[in-house]
Amino acid sequence: MAVLVSTTINGDNVEFACDPHESLLDVLRNRLGLTGAKEGCGTGDCGSCSVQVDGRVVCACLMLGVEAEGHEIETVEGMSHGVELHPLQTKFIEHAALQCGVCTPGFLMAAKALLEKNPDPTEEEIRFGLAGNLCRCTGYDKIVRAVQDAAKVMRG
Amino acid sequence: MASESTMAHPFEDAPNHVTPTVIHDPVLARTDFKSVGTRPLRPDGLDKVTGRARYGADFSMPGQLVGLVLRSPHAHARIRKIDTSKAEKLPGVKAIVTAADLPDHTGGDQSMYDILENCMARGVAKYDGHAVAAVAAVDAPTARKALKLIKVDYEVLPHVTDVDEAVKPGAPLVNPRLLTEGVEPRPTKPSNIAKRTEFGHGDVDAGFKQADVIVTRSFRTEQTHQGYIEPHACVASVSPDGTGELWVCTQGHFVYRNHCAMLLGMDVSRLRVTSSEIGGGFGGKTHVWAEPVALALSRKANRPVKITMTRDEVFRASGPTSATSIDVRIGARKDGTIVAADATLRFSCGPYYGMWAELGSMTAFACYDLKNVRTVGYEVLVNRPKTAAYRAPSAPMAAFAVESVMDELAHKIGMNEVDFRIKNAARQGTKASYGPVYGPIGIGATLEAAKKHPHMSAPLGKNQGRGMACGFWFNFGGQTCTDINVGPDGSVTLTVGTVDVGGSRASIALCVAEELGVSYEQVKCIVADTGSLGHNDMTDGSRGTFSSSMAGIFAARNAITVLRERAARMWEIPVDDVKWEDGHAKAVGEKYGNLAPLSLKEIAAAAVNTGGPIAGHSEIVADGAGVSFATHIADVEVDPETGRSKILRYTVIQDAGKAVHPAYVEGQYQGGAAQGIGWALNEEYIYGKDGRLQNAGFLDYRIPVCSDLPMIDTQILEIPNPNHPYGVRGVGETSIVPPLAAIANAMSNAFGVRMTHVPMSPPRVLKALEAAKKA
Repeated sequence: MAVLVSTTINGDNVEFACDPHESLLDVLRNRLGLTGAKEGCGTGDCGSCSVQVDGRVVCACLMLGVEAEGHEIETVEGMSHGVELHPLQTKFIEHAALQCGVCTPGFLMAAKALLEKNPDPTEEEIRFGLAGNLCRCTGYDKIVRAVQDAAKVMRG
Repeated sequence: MASESTMAHPFEDAPNHVTPTVIHDPVLARTDFKSVGTRPLRPDGLDKVTGRARYGADFSMPGQLVGLVLRSPHAHARIRKIDTSKAEKLPGVKAIVTAADLPDHTGGDQSMYDILENCMARGVAKYDGHAVAAVAAVDAPTARKALKLIKVDYEVLPHVTDVDEAVKPGAPLVNPRLLTEGVEPRPTKPSNIAKRTEFGHGDVDAGFKQADVIVTRSFRTEQTHQGYIEPHACVASVSPDGTGELWVCTQGHFVYRNHCAMLLGMDVSRLRVTSSEIGGGFGGKTHVWAEPVALALSRKANRPVKITMTRDEVFRASGPTSATSIDVRIGARKDGTIVAADATLRFSCGPYYGMWAELGSMTAFACYDLKNVRTVGYEVLVNRPKTAAYRAPSAPMAAFAVESVMDELAHKIGMNEVDFRIKNAARQGTKASYGPVYGPIGIGATLEAAKKHPHMSAPLGKNQGRGMACGFWFNFGGQTCTDINVGPDGSVTLTVGTVDVGGSRASIALCVAEELGVSYEQVKCIVADTGSLGHNDMTDGSRGTFSSSMAGIFAARNAITVLRERAARMWEIPVDDVKWEDGHAKAVGEKYGNLAPLSLKEIAAAAVNTGGPIAGHSEIVADGAGVSFATHIADVEVDPETGRSKILRYTVIQDAGKAVHPAYVEGQYQGGAAQGIGWALNEEYIYGKDGRLQNAGFLDYRIPVCSDLPMIDTQILEIPNPNHPYGVRGVGETSIVPPLAAIANAMSNAFGVRMTHVPMSPPRVLKALEAAKKA
């Protein structure tokens, strides 16, 4: 039996119906067409499906769609405003912090949550703040540099 | 059927391409580049930071079904019967396929037959995770229910998963079809050795007699997975009229097309394959797995079918690289001259024929100038998934063994390990241990750079050690087809057929902009589907930027010929009086003094009156991929209480020929090093006695995370490849070759204990430290 869920996604009121066992990730990707969050593992180990729920980073594969009721969800699709990119998005491109790019949405969500909590993180804080996200292409070097640079821009 | 479909393995013909055969247009030491060597934003960047980029699983078709694969829980089992009757009756199930739905169209092509059998077991399941049936249903829950209703009657057979156990007398036979190749006379009875290969020259036995010091060691490396973050995914749609479409994440959609068409019994031209954005491949997306199955399901259901592998399936059934067992013996005189080198390499292939030990044998001593050298490789069959290419396949394991012995030998002679390698380094004119004679190469230069690098002399603390090692990869060129189309506004569409795995669209566009003399922004590079361009080999062998930029430059030259003709027509002068310079047609000669140069934009705007569309094409076999060398330096700290180790500092020095987009060259260096670090310290397939994989997930198969690594320093050397118009060499793979050895050498230098088993995980390190204490 499908359950009707009311939630806010990227600032919009969204209602959807989903099965009680369906993950938030499956709801986002298969029911709402928000395919920015990726499924790399389905077990919360890779962070590719990272979204923000009420400002907290969550693996969307580990949360049920029905649990989104009444909460505010932000996905990578909500990071930019029109043509204006979030500084993290700009810096990821500028620093070549992505190669294949499949982990990038998850990294952006995790980095955004990190910088919202800690606007001036050390390299070590960035590395531990992003340790829940796997990247197999970059060796993380350019990702860390992009986050450092974005943090600087955001601090103004 | 396309003849190239028989090239089951991407590197099968790599050896044929390592010796430069065609000198196209040497521009050695060219320095006047305007676009090449800059770092512009990549064209696909915006889509990838906004979630708009579409990967394998991000695409859907109307009426699409969900496909799932039933996999063997046994390492080795005869399939007596598959009963699908209950599953077929489940409402919502639209098709079920088994091997019976994939008849053998391979016509005696052994490598294609192996791929067919690997896609769907035929009578015998040969590893834990081997596909035995598949279902397509209206949704995932229904498909999952249907899988449970399929009853497979297995007769469990004895199995072997260990590379050394598999070659012992009496070991269970993994693939009775295969008789050992490379042995004369050819055996009449099957064994678990699929092939023996030998490389080398000189007289090794006589060489060892001249040695003052000989070091002999045996090594093991465990099996690792490419670990791309995006699982395999595809959407297949086959129409009753015999045509089909396939959307898929792959490193080579033309090759996937050829393989799928052959396995499905379709004409190649009737299957149109579109490559999605690819979420990492590293060699692991060069084989077909679920794609023929999705096509077979779609054909049976007459509906599109999407198959997305789970991570568990990715680990159990796709990838991985070989587990190895290697013996190395090197002898040298006291002055540091190596007089003989010998290695025996056993590489696991899974249940099918492979060429992994062969590649290990070819690469093992490729860095050195040796008078007497021999390598013997054995391809070993085991009940594990079919081995696939993994970034410079087989070279990291061979380098681990050889470079460890090189260090030990240097120390025994009393020489610095860098100087010892410099003394024996291969150079231009050296006959490589695997046959060809080298052209201009970078091994010596990377070693000299390492010697001078500040990293080499930085102080070390307690429990810390520094190691270095060298690495080699052939690089590959291959079949390449590229189009350039000039739009009516003068903007340029560059159409390539090599999948972009890490920024190659930017690099190829830079080369074409350079050749046309226009800005990078004026050139839009896209990857075409298989219906829109001639065949392209896969993005493998570090060939993406090398080969497509070469074909792109040639296509640009052809387009320039057309542009000159059009300008001549506009001016009504002979075409021979028109030259192309800085993106403009210019009339040559004082008599044309009053003719202002015509820009590409102006010529394009007039095209309708001068002959129609303006285009340039190029179809080549991109011969002459320059070989690639690297030297790495690693600092490691080991906790003697726990055996845990941490990389403190890491430096990659590698020859790029010419770095087209240096940021993405650095990225390749860093990414390969990180994968090598994971391999060296943590990653391994762990099989139980039951032959089942025990760590098929990212929690237990632990790849490096951000907090495991330091910044990875890079130094790009540019020793131009004379076979590429701009001197480019492939850069993607060599960076994974040295890390295993560099880190092992660092640990050895920290504790005086030679590490001989990779990964050097905490339990193994502790064991080695304890053994050293007792000794």
